[in-house]
Amino acid sequence: MTDQSSQAEIVRNSLKRRYRKERRFRLYGILAIFIALTSLFTLFADIISKGYTGFVKTTITLDVNLDSEMMYLDDPTDADQRSMADFVAPVIAALQEHIPEADSATEKRELGRFLGTYAASEVSELLAKNPELLNTTQTIEFPAHDRVSVYVKHADNPRYSIKLSEQQQRWVDELLEKGVIDTSFNDVLFSRGDSREPANAGVLGAIVGSVLTMLVTLVISFPVGIAAAVYLEEFAPQNKITDFIEVNINNLAAVPSIIFGLLGLAVFIGLFGMPRSVPVVGGLVLALMTLPTIIISSRAAIKSVPPSIREAAEGVGASKMQVVLHHVVPLAMPGMLTGSIIGMAQALGETAPLLLIGMVAFIVDVPNGFFDSATVLPVQIYLWASSSEQGFVELASAAIMVLLTFMISMNALAIWLRKRLERRW
Amino acid sequence: MQTANLLPLVLVLAVVAYGLAYMRSRAVAAPLGGIRNLKALPFYYAARAALWCAIPALIVLAAWAGFEGKVIQGIVIASLPQDTWPESAGRASLILSQISNVAAGKLNPEFVPEHIAGAASLLEALESKSQNFKAILVILIAILGATFAWTRVAPHINARKNVEATLRRIFFLCAALAVLTTAGIVFSVILETVRFFGRVPITEFLFGTTWSPQTALRADQVGSDGAFGVIPLFTGTLLISAIALLVAVPVGLLSAIYLSEYASKRMRSTVKPILEMLAGIPTVVYGFFAALTVAPFIRDLAQIVGLEASSQSALAAGLVMGIMIVPFVSSLSDDVINAVPQTMRDGSLALGATQSETMKKVIFPAALPGIIGGILLAASRAIGETMIVVMAAGLAANLTANPLDSVTTVTVQIATLLVGDQEFDSAKTLSAFALGMLLFIVTLLLNVVALKIVRKYREQYD
Repeated sequence: MTDQSSQAEIVRNSLKRRYRKERRFRLYGILAIFIALTSLFTLFADIISKGYTGFVKTTITLDVNLDSEMMYLDDPTDADQRSMADFVAPVIAALQEHIPEADSATEKRELGRFLGTYAASEVSELLAKNPELLNTTQTIEFPAHDRVSVYVKHADNPRYSIKLSEQQQRWVDELLEKGVIDTSFNDVLFSRGDSREPANAGVLGAIVGSVLTMLVTLVISFPVGIAAAVYLEEFAPQNKITDFIEVNINNLAAVPSIIFGLLGLAVFIGLFGMPRSVPVVGGLVLALMTLPTIIISSRAAIKSVPPSIREAAEGVGASKMQVVLHHVVPLAMPGMLTGSIIGMAQALGETAPLLLIGMVAFIVDVPNGFFDSATVLPVQIYLWASSSEQGFVELASAAIMVLLTFMISMNALAIWLRKRLERRW
Repeated sequence: MQTANLLPLVLVLAVVAYGLAYMRSRAVAAPLGGIRNLKALPFYYAARAALWCAIPALIVLAAWAGFEGKVIQGIVIASLPQDTWPESAGRASLILSQISNVAAGKLNPEFVPEHIAGAASLLEALESKSQNFKAILVILIAILGATFAWTRVAPHINARKNVEATLRRIFFLCAALAVLTTAGIVFSVILETVRFFGRVPITEFLFGTTWSPQTALRADQVGSDGAFGVIPLFTGTLLISAIALLVAVPVGLLSAIYLSEYASKRMRSTVKPILEMLAGIPTVVYGFFAALTVAPFIRDLAQIVGLEASSQSALAAGLVMGIMIVPFVSSLSDDVINAVPQTMRDGSLALGATQSETMKKVIFPAALPGIIGGILLAASRAIGETMIVVMAAGLAANLTANPLDSVTTVTVQIATLLVGDQEFDSAKTLSAFALGMLLFIVTLLLNVVALKIVRKYREQYD
């Protein structure tokens, strides 16, 4: 073998090795992308698989004989009498008609537990509103108890533990066959506030709370953010003060969100004595948090307006302020809007600072105004995720889907706006 | 009148002032032969009137609304008989909430001591008086301001200059709000932290190895003195952040390299936005995923292997957090890799290096400072992240390096210490502010260093 051929041999061998390395390196890259995408899809699949049942409710529909003797009630308009009356008895009697074998007192009581604890008050309210229904037979739809609901929806899912005895399971099966127990679209989810019982809990309160909070955030952070960006880009002299402001804005954008909660707690609640857990304080805190995002993106938008436009306006005699307000800001507006929408989407999903200012309180009523106690969607998800009742897990997942729908549509709006209004100079 | 109603009223007044001044400026201009004989367009006279009407009134309104509650509370407390004065701030807030409950009608005045009932009626009276005064004062100021501006609608006055100068000042104030926010953070956190260090020595806080913030409610209570050693929280935070970075750095970096060097345009334009979706998902969703899916999965897996894992583990929180910060690492790395000039790539390829060799030996070293900056930013994200760890990492302050144990972090403690009702005066509550201070300083340092590195590096090839 000559020297040359051995050289070539070495090169050929090393080339093989190097190409192998090259392929391996590419594989690592694909693997990394694969891992990231898989985790994203797992996350979505997990939440959808957990949560789609949250959009389904289990109901028990009964023909209830509102017998006055059985309830010990003569006059449904009398609040005192209503508070003493037994509204469960007729409901149990109606259930028993479908399950005649359950005739002992304990069995009857067990039957009664199929219904949520609010069944009695449902009957009571119905009678208080329509006293003439006393001693008639009415078809009433009750939400089923969490345990029944879990059994109906998840009987063959090992993640859920069935908390019904075998006899009760038989009864539920029987009622399902007869159509007494039925599942339908969960309209409660979108028409009520929070509740201690999964069957009665909805996200409407949290959605309204989120909307109110976001309104406050928007009203404060959007004009202030734009004004700040305009000042820094167009008017600020190059000096230490504006440098300091700039550094500050960049740093604020990276401050952990929970620190903003501390600020809100100490300043808005501690110093100014504002009430806890209201949309105004939540909105203020989130506004301070989103402000840097809006300022940074608005500055980028202003920067992209070509100087020729400014010069042309100045050339025909516009003052600096007129140049900015009549020409630069309108042209930069699409960019500012996209940045603000993205900032608002972030604020919509924020939880930690709102925990500190008390928006975790258990609130049943749908808030009516900016100073009403309220909770927001992400906090509601947090509350439900840490609840012990099994039914809340699927509700939390369903609420996550609602939240993600809002966020994705906001982001889509931002992308659409950018595509639609973007212009090149 | 409620502040919420007063605000739109002031705005309506401003609009009225705008309209009146607009009409007057036209009226003034008419005998002179049209608006071109005015120093400024009618719009500016009108805008000036609106500003004069709204701004002073809004300032007064904000100041009043801000301090109204505190002042009234002070007066009410001072009005209590001397012997019932609250001895601590905690007692005072208890008494105040009792008084306001009576005043709001939530509590029957017959069930509370006489002085409280008296204070409640005083509170009610003061509140309605304050409401009335505030409304009258604000409206008066608005009208006065508008009238003043109205009288100064004259052809020789250059209203445009005034309006523009005012607007400029408003713009400046908006920009300064960022500084005010930082000042507010620093001020509020420092104040409480100093109070905290008045009770717990700073050395114990920084070097103590036990964290159990439960303080005694009664003086004679046993075994709940409270220990405020921050080291277990810090190791917990570092453990989780380290796991997160172990996931995020390779995944983020390698996907950025693949997307910027190998991927086709079409793949890049579909995969990149999907990856960026990871950053947009709310953290509470990740927390939910970590607590209800990943943590049980890890526990079961550990059991199969024969290891003991707690149901809330550092590993679960760290893994999920790692996924969350992948896009931070990847988009920042992508930026710096793209900033490396094409000539360097071409040079290396021309010498016969393969693409991966070019990447590893030429581009990566050139991009390294920027990548490190990006990693530091991601680390500061991980340290400051709250919801994932609140939901998935647990509350037990274990001093451990075992990722299967449950650990707690600085942010978790801040959140749990301050959620729900709390006295503003106990060492337990104040400790949350000291933790906040620590977190603020650490993340600030990381951010400043990272931003410096990133910026310095970016300038290199420009």
